[in-house]
Parts: sequence; structure tokens; C-alpha cells
Amino acid sequence: MTMIDTPITGPIKGPEGPEHHPDHHEHHAHHASPTPIGFWIYLMSDCIIFGTLFATYAVLGNGFAGGPGPKDLFEPGFVFIETAFLLFSSITFGMGMLRADKGDVSGLLRWLGITAVFGLLFIGMELYEFRHLIHIGAGPDRSAFLSSFFLLVGTHGLHVTFGLVWMATLAAQLKWKGGLNEANSRRLGTLSMFWHFLDLIWIGVFSFVYLVRLI
Amino acid sequence: MATELAHTSPPETWSPIFGRLTWDWIPYHEPILVGTFAAIALGGLAVLILMTKFRLWGPFWHDWVTTIDHKKIGIMYMALGFIMFVRGFADAIMMRAQQAMAAGGAEGYLPPHHFDQVFTAHGVIMIFFVAMAFITGIMNYVMPLQIGARDVAFPFLNNFSFWMTVAGAILVNLSLFIGEFARVGWLAFPPLSGASFSTGPGMDYYLWSLQIAGIGTTLSGINMVATILKMRAPGMRLFDMPIFAWTTLCTNFLIVAAFPVLTATLTMLTLDRYIGTHFFTNDMGGNAMMYVNLIWIWGHPEVYILILPIFGVFSEIVATFSGKPIFGYKTMVWATACIMVLSFVVWLHHFFTMGSGASVNAFFGITTMIIAVPTGVKVFNWIFTMYKGSVRMETPMLWTIGFIVTFTIGGMTGVLLAVPPVDFQLHNTLFLIAHFHNVIIGGVVFGVYAAVSYWWPKAFGFKLDDTWMRRSFWLWFVGFYFAFMPLYALGLMGVTRRMNAYMDTAWQIYFIVAAFGAVLILGGIACGFIGGFVSVVNRKKLACGPDPWNARTLDWATQSPVAPYNFPEDVQVTGRDMFWKMKEQGFKWSGHFHDIHMPKGTSSGIVLAAMATVFGFAMIWYMWWLAIISFIGCVAYGIAHTFNYDRDFYIPAKDVEANEAKDALA
Amino acid sequence: MKTLLQTVLLAVAAAALSGCQFDVLHPAGWVGAQQRDLLVISTLLMLIVIIPVLFMAVYFPLKYRADREDKSDYEPEFAHSNKLEAIVWGGPIVIILVLGWLTWVYTHKLDPYRPLDVAAEPIEVEAVSLDWKWLFIYPQYGIASVNELAIPEGRPVNFRLTSSTVMNTFSVPALGGMIYSMAGMETKLHLIADETGTFAGRSAHYSGPGFSWMTFDTLSMEEGDFDAWVEKARADGAELTRASYLELEKPTIAEPVHFYASVTDGLFDRIRGMCVEEGQICMDQMMMIDEQGGGGLDGIALEPLFEYDEKRAVDGFGNLLPSSEESAQNFSDIDDAYLLAMLKSDPDLLCRTTPEQTNGY
Repeated sequence: MTMIDTPITGPIKGPEGPEHHPDHHEHHAHHASPTPIGFWIYLMSDCIIFGTLFATYAVLGNGFAGGPGPKDLFEPGFVFIETAFLLFSSITFGMGMLRADKGDVSGLLRWLGITAVFGLLFIGMELYEFRHLIHIGAGPDRSAFLSSFFLLVGTHGLHVTFGLVWMATLAAQLKWKGGLNEANSRRLGTLSMFWHFLDLIWIGVFSFVYLVRLI
Repeated sequence: MATELAHTSPPETWSPIFGRLTWDWIPYHEPILVGTFAAIALGGLAVLILMTKFRLWGPFWHDWVTTIDHKKIGIMYMALGFIMFVRGFADAIMMRAQQAMAAGGAEGYLPPHHFDQVFTAHGVIMIFFVAMAFITGIMNYVMPLQIGARDVAFPFLNNFSFWMTVAGAILVNLSLFIGEFARVGWLAFPPLSGASFSTGPGMDYYLWSLQIAGIGTTLSGINMVATILKMRAPGMRLFDMPIFAWTTLCTNFLIVAAFPVLTATLTMLTLDRYIGTHFFTNDMGGNAMMYVNLIWIWGHPEVYILILPIFGVFSEIVATFSGKPIFGYKTMVWATACIMVLSFVVWLHHFFTMGSGASVNAFFGITTMIIAVPTGVKVFNWIFTMYKGSVRMETPMLWTIGFIVTFTIGGMTGVLLAVPPVDFQLHNTLFLIAHFHNVIIGGVVFGVYAAVSYWWPKAFGFKLDDTWMRRSFWLWFVGFYFAFMPLYALGLMGVTRRMNAYMDTAWQIYFIVAAFGAVLILGGIACGFIGGFVSVVNRKKLACGPDPWNARTLDWATQSPVAPYNFPEDVQVTGRDMFWKMKEQGFKWSGHFHDIHMPKGTSSGIVLAAMATVFGFAMIWYMWWLAIISFIGCVAYGIAHTFNYDRDFYIPAKDVEANEAKDALA
Repeated sequence: MKTLLQTVLLAVAAAALSGCQFDVLHPAGWVGAQQRDLLVISTLLMLIVIIPVLFMAVYFPLKYRADREDKSDYEPEFAHSNKLEAIVWGGPIVIILVLGWLTWVYTHKLDPYRPLDVAAEPIEVEAVSLDWKWLFIYPQYGIASVNELAIPEGRPVNFRLTSSTVMNTFSVPALGGMIYSMAGMETKLHLIADETGTFAGRSAHYSGPGFSWMTFDTLSMEEGDFDAWVEKARADGAELTRASYLELEKPTIAEPVHFYASVTDGLFDRIRGMCVEEGQICMDQMMMIDEQGGGGLDGIALEPLFEYDEKRAVDGFGNLLPSSEESAQNFSDIDDAYLLAMLKSDPDLLCRTTPEQTNGY
């Protein structure tokens, strides 16, 4: 059971034998799934995209080109409700995770559904705001300020949209593809990371893009 | 009054089906392009016929296209790199020929419209599709073996990353025959690259091919970091890893941190061009200087992304062929880490001449020089590895010596350029061109040749033909100095880069010598390919065992060629240079194997990448319907892919046993 | 092969000996000379490390080759030595410390924005990079030249630079370092010629189809000759007005040298402000408006007053493309008073002081 014929000095441990693998298959038993760390690294790289967009907004944010500025365009109340929707959706996702911990798939699906509704409301409000701005002529082509605003907020919105598509897909998989099996639980975990990450980014957007500019 | 602008681009038109693509965009009146197209079409046809004749389509699809085996993906990256290298080098030869001819009023054979595309394509291809493909290929092949892993952390993602890189490469090459490529220089500074001053599809080819390939690169970076952090063999601490694995880790950290900046920056430029935003325009509050800053915040780490793994390659080679462990292992690791961090605080040295204050310029100049310290330490460490060693001058070692000499000279001119007042004179001159070719050819290209000749026996079970590879080295080495030393001289005369023609005939002789050097390099490339061919023909004679170089790291503990599962059983790692220890202790596999859990191949990667190519093409030509369909197709297919849970299989223990026994017999 | 090599080598030797065309190494002005000195000092400094490295890189593999006769000095485990590591880190650090100090001192001394410490009266030149030619305006003399720069020897030259569209680099290697010229922005450069002569100048940053021919001669002259040159420009030249500038600005390749006898006041500032055209709002004004929070919702419709790039779009060969943009001049659908306020960018008029002109938020 040892892989060394002639152990010379210090003991080299042999390959892990069946005593470590009762199922007799050589799994990567010593490796936990790389998915959480891989996804976390992805989030960090995404964070750098957002960082670049925030920096762009900081540089171009006063380039109104004789056009409207934040005070002309942003409605604090509107954005506040929008923000509340997204924050609530994070809480409801957390509730879903609690159900998942108990192995309650239908409870989880219910909470995911509520999360998705909040997410959709958020996206709906964002699209409404965009449509309104473009309609009055304050689209992304009016000034550098508006370009950077649309890109930063829009990129976040695209992420949320992607999160919603992912949520719908995962819900279908939870329902019809084996419930909370290993793969689906892993996916649920990463989606949860993703969703909270977007929440975090939005707090930055809310404070930096809207709040600070309205004071 | 002035020269009439004789030619015009095809008129801007748009039709619902073909977007802005019209017959006028097919360059059938350009003999160079028609000839190239004919050659590629004939060559392609020959390959198709041969593959059909020898019934290779099935194996090609099952064993290569859909593979998730990191070794095969690595080999495919190398193949992509060499194919694109031929393209990029053709561009180089064209430029050298043009500049050797177009002196004192002569026009040469490439008008600006074509020449400007050639130098842009040369830069883009050599960096993104040659150097990146090469280093990704080497990292893919070697790193998992060095850390004793079965595969990378996300094998499917690896396949997808590769095909996305291919998608980008295909788009760049399509621009040869459908439309045109960008005429902006490899970093595409706006406003020149913006909507107004780069009309036509060329710049859009640039943007979409880099964005699509960039997705592949970023994902591959994430994949490799996760692999090193989570997939190391039991007992292997980070400080037990070979230097190459360390440099891979640092490079991929850089990829993960830097490529998002490129993605964001190119997105902004794309939006400027497509929907009229004002990120980098002159008017409406745009700021083109921001682009220059952002692109170099990616761009400078990028050059270290290219060179760090090559430092790793040379570290492995110099240790193996000196019969000694690498000198100053810990110093080497810390030097790599220092370079990794410092590479993010030097970007401004690419544009000292933009008019930043003296203190800002001096700060970035000095940080740049500081990078020279860890780099210098590395050079010393390689030299001291040979010191009191037993140095075998095999081809990989030849490239290594060539590298140390050439790279050191390139490093010196680099530090010169980091001194702002000196840079004021040499910025954008051929001195700069000579400098970065000095480090990229002397570093990356020599490194790739070294790596290929070093790991070739591992990948294929036979060595490369020594004579031809030595010829290749000497032609490359001498050719390099002929090609680029004249450019240093020209730079000191104040000759600017990217010139299509010039009046001063005194410069011409230098350009002719440079062109002669390029021909020598062509010989070096040809010898390399001939060497590869000759070796394949003589593979029986050149066959070698799993450890032909008496190497030190775990990658050499495998069979040659490496079995799909890499290692028949886990290796318990107890320190650095593990394979050396194993050999000292007379290691043998237990012979008592288990079923091995492996991921299954999948066609999802190439299907998604194919749709991404179509999407990119449709966006370039404004074929909105096709763009929408291919985008929805991508998303839908991606979702469908996640419904496939049947992604792994087991290699039965008896197969492992049989395979290992085969090696024992040989 | 051998004869070819010999021919090439002979040709190289001939070229190297054929007089001083190495402008960077033999500059004709103080700035260039300082930069050359720094180049030489830095090189020598680095050679202290580089030469031993190159020597060892070739000598060690020969000395310690595997097939040497006496292998008693082979130490297969030798991989660490504190003494060597100290040298390995210490050597480069010392060199870089010295070089860093030099860099700091010289970068401040040779800052292109710093006026030169020369007693003579400086000559002002306003340089504009156009597609694809150079315009030099001499505000002290009220003249301008295209693709020819004349300067009196021994007098410092203070450049202000800008560009009409894309980025270029002003470069006269015989005099000293270069600097970018960018649209809507101003950069500065200070040079001096200490010798008379004709020096090559050009744009050193790729800028489009006509880039290769974007060259100019720099004529460094005795004071008297320079005066004659000015007189010649006054005699031969046309008038450089806003209208004729807009003509000149249109893309051309290999534009011949010509002169302007007079230049409209403040033209350079308007070029830099991207507002030579009638009715365009200058960058400075725009920034002032933006400083005060932008032009409000009424400002949305003022877009054409700020537009610049699209009207200058060119195709791949440098031909001006017909513009689809509406002209800023016929502009009627906006409150006249507001428009006037914008154009004058008078803070009192503009800044939402009168409620009917603003949006009441």
C-alpha cells in the first residue's frame, strides 16, 4: 500500500488508499469544490469593472456640456424606493437561503419568487427612469456626465437582469432537476453571493451617483 | 494646393439584411489580399480534403474540439499561437519591406490606408493572439502537472475560454477579406479611434474581436487562480510549488485584476462609436486622456502578464539543465510578487509627454525603475543557478542564455525610457519600438521556443530535432540583432514609429539592415517549423522516456505523452523539487490503482463561441437582426448547457493499470 | 551570403560615419543637450550592472558546462547564499537609488512647462496640429506659417500647443523633447536653439492617413534673418481669419509651406476652445457653465452649440464626410435671452437667477 519501494529518509506518505475512500472511487476527496473561490474571484474582477465605471463617473460626472445635471434629473424619492426594492430582495433571498438550509425546496422557491418580484420592480423602475431621461433628450449621447451615468447604472441593471434570468433557470432546476442536490446547492450558493454583491454595488451607486450629487 | 486625396472609402449605406456590408467592402482590387485569400483558401481546401480522406473529422471533434483536457487545450492554444504568429509576422515583413523602400519621395508598395492597418494588426495580433495564446497554452499544459492536479478547476470553462480566443482571432482574420481592419495603432487612442475619425468597420473589428477574446482570457485567469489555490496535490504548500506555478499564479492574478479594466474601457469606446456617447470625444465633456490612462492601467500589467510566466519557464529550464535547484527560490517568489504589485503603479510612464507635472512624471519614472530591482534579482538568480552547476547546453538552455543576454539589454533601454526627460526625446521613436521588441522577442518569443523545446517530449514522447532547432535559435538570435539594433540607431536620430514613408534617405540603409534582420528571423521561424516536421517524421528515432532532461518538478513524474488522468494516483508532496526527491528515493507508483473521476468533453464551448463570432460579425456590420438572434442563441444555449448534469465519468482502475504497465515495459 | 553580409556591413559603416544625423545625441539646443547628458549618464550608470551580468551569463555556462574535466566544483545542492543575495538585491537598489535621484532632479529641471532661465527675450509660438499639417502662430508678430517653424537662435521659444481634432506630438529632436497636442486642451513646451540650422520637425504621434507627411522644417536663424523671414511672411501671406482658418483646418496631406500676414486676435484661444465656428460655445465657457451645475433642462436642446467632432468626420483615406448635423447657427427653438446668456456665459444672466429661464426644481 505504499508507493515507495525503498523509503530512504523522512516518511513519504503513500497515495491515499481505500481506507480514505470507502466508496472505492478516487474522488478529489482532499479538494473542496473550487466553485465558491472561483466565483469569488470572478466577483472581484467584476468589482474592478464597476470600479472603472465609478472612476469614469468621477472624472466625467461634471461634464454636463451645457446640459442638465443631477439636480435637474434625479428624483430622490424615486431612487429611494428603487433602492428599497433591491435591499428587500436581498433580505428575501436570505430568507430563501434559510429555507434551503432546512432542505425545504418549496419554501426556497417561494422566497426566490418574492426576490424575483422585487428584482423585477427594481429593473422596471430603472427602465422607467432611463426611458424618461431619453424621452426628454437627456440620453447617454447628450453629455459625458449622462454617458457615464447611463453606463454605470445600466451595467448594474444588466447584472440584475442576468441575476433574474439565472434565478429563473435555477428555480426550474430546483423544481425539476433534483431539488437541492449537490450541483444545485452549489449554484444556489453562488447566486446568493452574486445577488448580495449586486446589492453592495448598488449601495455604492445610490450613495455616489445619486445621494452625493443631490446634496 | 495640397496633394489630392485620391481614394475614398465605400459610401455609408445600410440595408436591413446586410447592414452596411456591400460588395464595395470586398477588397478584390487589392492584389496582396486576393493572393493571401487564394493561398489560404487553397491551403484550407487541402486540409479539408486530407482530413476527409484520412477520416480525421471524428477524432478531431471528439479528441480535440470538445475536449476539456487541459493538456490538449494547452496544445491547441500553442497551435493557435503559431498560426497567428505566421499572420503577425507576415505583417512585420510587409512593414519592414515598405520602410526599406519608401525613402526620399518613393512611395513603396503599401499606401497609408493599407500600411496603417498592417501595423495595427501586427500589434494586436502579436499581443492578443500570439503572446497571450502562447503563455495561456504553456500555463494550461504545464501548471496542473506541476501542482499534481488532474485538470484545472473548471475544465469546461477552459474549453470555452479557448474557443472564445479563437472567435476573436477569426474576427481579426475576417477583416482581411471582408472590409478592413482598424488604422489606429494597437492601443487605439481616441479621438482617432472614435466614431468621427475612424469611420468604417475596421475599428469595430478591433473592438469586438478583443472583447470576445477578452472574455476568454478573463475566465481563463479566474480558472487558473482557482486551480492553484484549490487543486494542489496533497501536502503541497504554496511555497513547495515550482517557480513556474508561482509565476502562473501571479500572472493570472494580474489577468483577473487588469482585464476588467480593458473590458470596461473598450465598452466605453464601443458605446462612443455605436450610440454616440461622449466618454472619449473631444466635445460634450468627453475626455480622451482618460482612455489613455485606462488603457495603460490595463496595458502595463499586460506586459507583465506576458513576461512573468516566461520568467517561470526559464527558471525551470535553468534549474534542470544546471543540475541544481533554482538559486534563491524565496527571493524569486518575492521578486515575482513585487513585480505583480508594482506593475499597477507605473502606467503613466507610457505618456510622460502628455504634460503631467514634473512630480507626477518623476514619481512614475521612479516606480518604473524600482521594478528593475526585482527583475534584476531574477536575472542574477538564473545566473547563480548556473554557478557551480553542471550546465548542459541543450536547445532550451541555448534559448535561455539568448534570453538573459537579450532581455538584459532590453531591460536597460527600458530603464532609460523610464527617465522622463530621456523619454521626452525617445517617446514614440523607433528606439521605443526596438526596446519593447527587445524584451518581448528576447523574453516572450525566446521563452516560448525554450518552453516548446523543453516540454515537447513531455507532450509527445519524443524530442525535437536538435540540428534544426539550433539553426532556428541562431537565426532568430542573430536576426533579432540585425532587425532591431538599427531601430535603436534610428530612434537616436529621432525617427518616429508608424511612418509609411520618409524623406531623409540617410535613414534608408538602417531600414534595409532591419529588413535583412527580419529575413533572418523568417529563416529562424522556417527552421523551427521544419524542425517540428522533421521531428514528427523521425519520432521513432527521437523517442524518449518520461524524464529525458533529468528534471526536478512533478510534471516530469507523468508518462510521456501524459495520460489523460495525468497521475495514476495522488502524490503526497513533501517539499520543493518533488520529482527530484522522488527520484532520489527510488519512487515507483504503487501499481494498486483506483477508478479515476474525470470530467466529460462537451461541444458547448465551441457552439457558444461560434455564436459569439456571429454576434461580433453582425455587430461590426450593423446586421441588427443577426446580432439579436445570435445573442439570444448564446444566452439560450448557455442556459440549456446548465441543464446537463451528466458531466463526469470514471476511468476504470484496470485501464489505469494497463496504461501504467505499458510505460513500465517501455 | 557572405558577400551580402559584407555589403551590408560596409553600408552600415558608411552610414554611421556620414555626418551627425543623430539628432538626439548631437542636439542643437540646451534642452536637448541636457536630455542627451542624462541619457549618457543613465546608460553608463546601468552598464555598471549590465556588463557583469552579460559577462556572467555567457561565462558561467561555459565554465560550468557538464562535460568539463574537473567537476569537483559542482555543488548540486547550492541554492542559497546570504552574501550573494545581498549583492543581488543591494547592487540594483544602489544603482536605482542614484538613478532615481537623478530622475527627480532632472525631471523638475527639464519640465517642459518650466520657462528656460535665459536672459534673452522669449519668442512666443502657438502651434496647432491640424489634419495633417502644422500651423504656427506668432502672436508677437501677428503672423502665422504652415509647416515651417522659424525661430531666432539663442532666444527661448515658449510654445503653447493644441490640436484641431486628434492627438499629435510636436517633436523637433534637435532642440529637445516632445509634447502632445490635444483638441480642446493646451500643453506647453519650452525649447531653445543654440545653433543656426535647419532641423527636422514632425508629428511624432500617429494621427491618421496623412501622418507620415506631417513634417515641418525648423529654421533656426540669426536675429536679422529671422526678421527678414517675418517680413517675408508679412509680404507673401494671406489673412488668417476665423473663416480662412476653417478652410485651412479641412484635411489635407503634404500641405506645402505658406504664410499668413495677419492673424485674427485670440484665434489660438478659439481653436483651443473648439469655437472658431460662429455660434459654437467655447470649452472655457462650457466648463464655466458646467461648474455652475450645467445648463438645466433647457440646456438639453442646446446640444448643437457644443458639437464638434461629428462635423469633422473623415473616411479611411482622410476625405471629409458630409455632416448630417444641424448647424449651430440657425437655432431658433430656444429662448433668446437664455441662449444669449449661454453664449456670453455671463454667470449673472445664466445662473438661474430669473425663475422663468430655469426649471423651478
